[in-house]
Amino acid sequence: MPYSVPTITDFSPSALDSAVRQLLSALDQESAAISSENDWKAFRDRWMARKNGVLTQLNELWLKAAPKDAKRDVGQRVNELRETVATKVEQRRTMAEAFDLARKMNVATGPDAGSTATPSDTGDGESTLGPKAWVGDVRKLLLAAERLDITLPGIRRPIGAEHPVIKTMNEMIAVFRNLGYSVEEGPEIETDFYNFEALNFPPNHPARDTQDTLFLAGQESKPLRDRLLLRTHTSPVQIRTMQKMQPPVRVVCPGKVHRNDALDATHSPIFHQIEGLAVDTNITFCDLKGTLDHAMKAMFGSSVKTRFYPSFFPFTEPSADVQISCIFCDGKGTRDGAPCRNCKTSGWIELLGCGMVDPNVYGFVDYDATKVSGFAFGMGVERIAIMKYGVDDIQLFFQGDARFLEQLG
Amino acid sequence: MKISPHWLRDFVDLPVDYSRLADELTLAGVAVEAISGEGENTVFEMEITTNRPDAMNHYGVAREASALYDLPLKPIEPKLPPSPGKSEVTIEIQEPELCARFTAREVRGAVIKPSLAHIAHRLQLIDQRPISNAVDATNYVLWESGKPTHVFDLDLLEGRRLVIRRARPGETLKTLDGIERKLATDDLVVADGKRPVGLAGVMGGFDTMITERTKNILIESAWFDPVTVRRTSKRHGLHTDASHRFERGADFESTVPSANRVAELILASGGGTLIGDAIDVIARQLDLAPVELDLREVRRILGEQLSTFEISRILTRLGFTLLAGGEDKYLVHIPSWRLDIEREIDIIEELARLHGYDKFPNTLPAYSGEVRDLPDAHKDARLRSSLLALGYNEAISLTFISKDDARRFSAAPELDLANPLSDQASVMRTSLVPSMLHMLAYNLNRGSDHVRLFEAGNIFEASSPDANSVSMPRELKRISLGATGKVDSEVVSGLAEGAAARPLSFFDLKGDVENLLAPFTHWTLYYDEKTADYYHPGRSARAVMDGATVAQFGQIHPDVAAARKLKQHAFVAEIYLDRLYQHDLRQPRYEALPRFPAVERDFSFVFDDSVEFEKIHESVCGLGIPELRSFVPVEVFRGEKVGAGKYSLLMRAKFQSTEETLRDDVQLLVWSDRITKTLEALGGKQRA
Repeated sequence: MPYSVPTITDFSPSALDSAVRQLLSALDQESAAISSENDWKAFRDRWMARKNGVLTQLNELWLKAAPKDAKRDVGQRVNELRETVATKVEQRRTMAEAFDLARKMNVATGPDAGSTATPSDTGDGESTLGPKAWVGDVRKLLLAAERLDITLPGIRRPIGAEHPVIKTMNEMIAVFRNLGYSVEEGPEIETDFYNFEALNFPPNHPARDTQDTLFLAGQESKPLRDRLLLRTHTSPVQIRTMQKMQPPVRVVCPGKVHRNDALDATHSPIFHQIEGLAVDTNITFCDLKGTLDHAMKAMFGSSVKTRFYPSFFPFTEPSADVQISCIFCDGKGTRDGAPCRNCKTSGWIELLGCGMVDPNVYGFVDYDATKVSGFAFGMGVERIAIMKYGVDDIQLFFQGDARFLEQLG
Repeated sequence: MKISPHWLRDFVDLPVDYSRLADELTLAGVAVEAISGEGENTVFEMEITTNRPDAMNHYGVAREASALYDLPLKPIEPKLPPSPGKSEVTIEIQEPELCARFTAREVRGAVIKPSLAHIAHRLQLIDQRPISNAVDATNYVLWESGKPTHVFDLDLLEGRRLVIRRARPGETLKTLDGIERKLATDDLVVADGKRPVGLAGVMGGFDTMITERTKNILIESAWFDPVTVRRTSKRHGLHTDASHRFERGADFESTVPSANRVAELILASGGGTLIGDAIDVIARQLDLAPVELDLREVRRILGEQLSTFEISRILTRLGFTLLAGGEDKYLVHIPSWRLDIEREIDIIEELARLHGYDKFPNTLPAYSGEVRDLPDAHKDARLRSSLLALGYNEAISLTFISKDDARRFSAAPELDLANPLSDQASVMRTSLVPSMLHMLAYNLNRGSDHVRLFEAGNIFEASSPDANSVSMPRELKRISLGATGKVDSEVVSGLAEGAAARPLSFFDLKGDVENLLAPFTHWTLYYDEKTADYYHPGRSARAVMDGATVAQFGQIHPDVAAARKLKQHAFVAEIYLDRLYQHDLRQPRYEALPRFPAVERDFSFVFDDSVEFEKIHESVCGLGIPELRSFVPVEVFRGEKVGAGKYSLLMRAKFQSTEETLRDDVQLLVWSDRITKTLEALGGKQRA
């Protein structure tokens, strides 16, 4: 016999106590009978529906009907009941869900629902060994059934790979930026003046032979210095920079350069260089050495040593080649008892060229060679990338082979 | 260049073993690249820089060692027997600028035969093929002291005379290598009374060479102008040990000693008689000007002061002479073999390298100034990180393409190379597309079927069709994207709801382009179908930002794809950075987030294919409903149900007010109705 809200005429506390007890007992009985989510919804609506729910009826039949002097007591009781009902409804929701899950998953044993919840239980509504534990078990089973094989590969959105040469170049730029160097760029097609003449390669000088220059066609009728060619080094950017600004100058100039070399495992008609230039009052050969020693340590690790020995570049004097101690054998020349192939057992790897800016160069950019001095350096990016990544064929850099790029990305 | 360290011992008593010698020479600037052989047969493979012809021989290397170890250098002093009589040979220098000095010696009655064993052995050790005692004598002197000399069969010289002149028009010369060469009037020749008998400083003539029948020999030892020798050598494609040295500058004072040394070697092996004194014709004197050296300058450049004692020791051992020239100053006289030393800085370099670069301390220069970025650096970085995040691998291709490709993929005038690597790489690229297609095909041919690449680089256009134009060619920054295969190609299908690989489409590429363009501020951005003809005409688009084309992209035309052997659909995008970078990157500004919920309404209509979404969108947005926040397509459907030439489109309008919560009231009905009417006006039919 479902509970229906009685009309109260006696508003004495004892009569109210009895009415409330009856209501609570009915609440417990009805809630204990819930065995599905549908049951629960019906239960909720029966007690809480705005239109004609038990709580609404309490308002009408008890509170509104109460005489003035009992209104306060009744109101308090109704409010308490409202909370008790709301709590019960909410508690029974998980339980109802558990019934449904249990059915869905063919869990045969259900809780002895009624016996564990008592009207006097006003704590969490259920005893620890009763329905609550059972609900937990059912939920665990459900989660277990939702288990995925997490060893299957994830759905990856592929991320593009940086080109090893560009990456290396950016790392090198970062090292010099930290030393106060700005970045400058220049055109890939240059005039003879910028690529050679202003860098102190006189016309008809044998030093030009070392550059394997690619020339643009149809330049013959122009004066030599205006003839167009593909820059063979990034050094022309030095000249362009000095032409547009006065010392102090500190720049690095990354970029693509070209040589008349057919593409094979060790040669490429294009490659990348980073040129550096520092001009100021009081810049010395010791500063050149210190700067590059610092930069090489920043790039290859603090234990790397540098070694400078004389070389020749028309636009620097004194000129030097720089070697670093072999990063593969720590400069020992042997690795695991076998000769080190990377440094050919010498313990050293040649990495860059440098020197003090030749005073003739200052003449082309209107700097006073008696007042300023400076140094320049240049290095091949592919050469460093080859070393860093152990690449054995320079062609790989220019084929766009996704396998190669992703390997190093 | 090969050097025998044992040979060096003729001139300097080396205090170290050869491996250490090699290291220490390298650190002093005469680099030993490799060592082979053992003991007396040890050979150094040396790399002498182009400015140091004086060190491209044993005596020159010995001189470096003498300075390095501060040891005396023994002179080369040919011992010649008394030479009776007077040579009747006459020498005439007609071009004093091109030939400053010419020395000759006459040996009569010599026997031409193989060289003495120790001479032949030394030559063989350094990869020189012994020929005969007379020829080997010149070769030996070249490798001993660096002076190129030549020997003629005197009896084959017309008129017993040598004239150093320019070649005459039409003259030819058969050189020692047996090749008949047409001479240019810029070529300097050594001629006899009748014809050229040698290409001055480059190679002797075939017809007057030493043979087994030769009895009388004329030795030539001269100084030729470097530029003239270089031009002739280049013109005839004839690079010889002699031209290599002459074009770098020869020792003016060495003509007589080296002629004497050749004579000494010939007499020692082939006998014969030396006739008279050396015939030494000096057309003009070549003196190297002394250089002032200021010790303060040494310190200013090198950063450390060297002691005057060390400066003097280094320079003296190298053959320089120092005269005091005032406080902290010297006047340095340059030895005749050091044509590379003309300025104070050249002397400073000598000091630095023999002092030892590694002895200078490492210091860091002080600096105050700002670090500047390139103007577009942040834009470059933004695009690059977006491209990587969108899954494109970064590629670099060669800068050259074929002429056909240059014209197929661009209307701009291309730039030809004068000395291209091949026909396929004969012009500067006018577009990044051909290389991108090449790279996609390269990957497909290697089993990589799902590829996304991008390349950032310059393209090149002639600024004028006239190659002689003085204006620089245009270099324009571009980015190309290439994509083929499937999206999510590696996803395990069935892994999650809807998880599966699917073929890449035009819209994938468009989405990527939209993502790339989004950060740039603009007033208008629209897409139309006006693309280049190498794109699929119905599956490509052009992006126009504020009136300028900033990108075009789409599926590559099937004909182009077929010609490139692309076995699956390929998609390409070109982004014109020169135009895109006219726009600034968006500077984000906060706008209050909506406080009231949005309401959505769906519209399902069937349209003719001719009605483009852009037009529908424009019309609906044009209604001016302020609460209409967005109007987007949700689903496109084509098929039998809809009928040919038509498509069904599900659209979603989102309304939101900044003032209140919109309720399902009259206002919403009015807006929906206006939208429906607009869609109908476009020919749309509402679906049931």
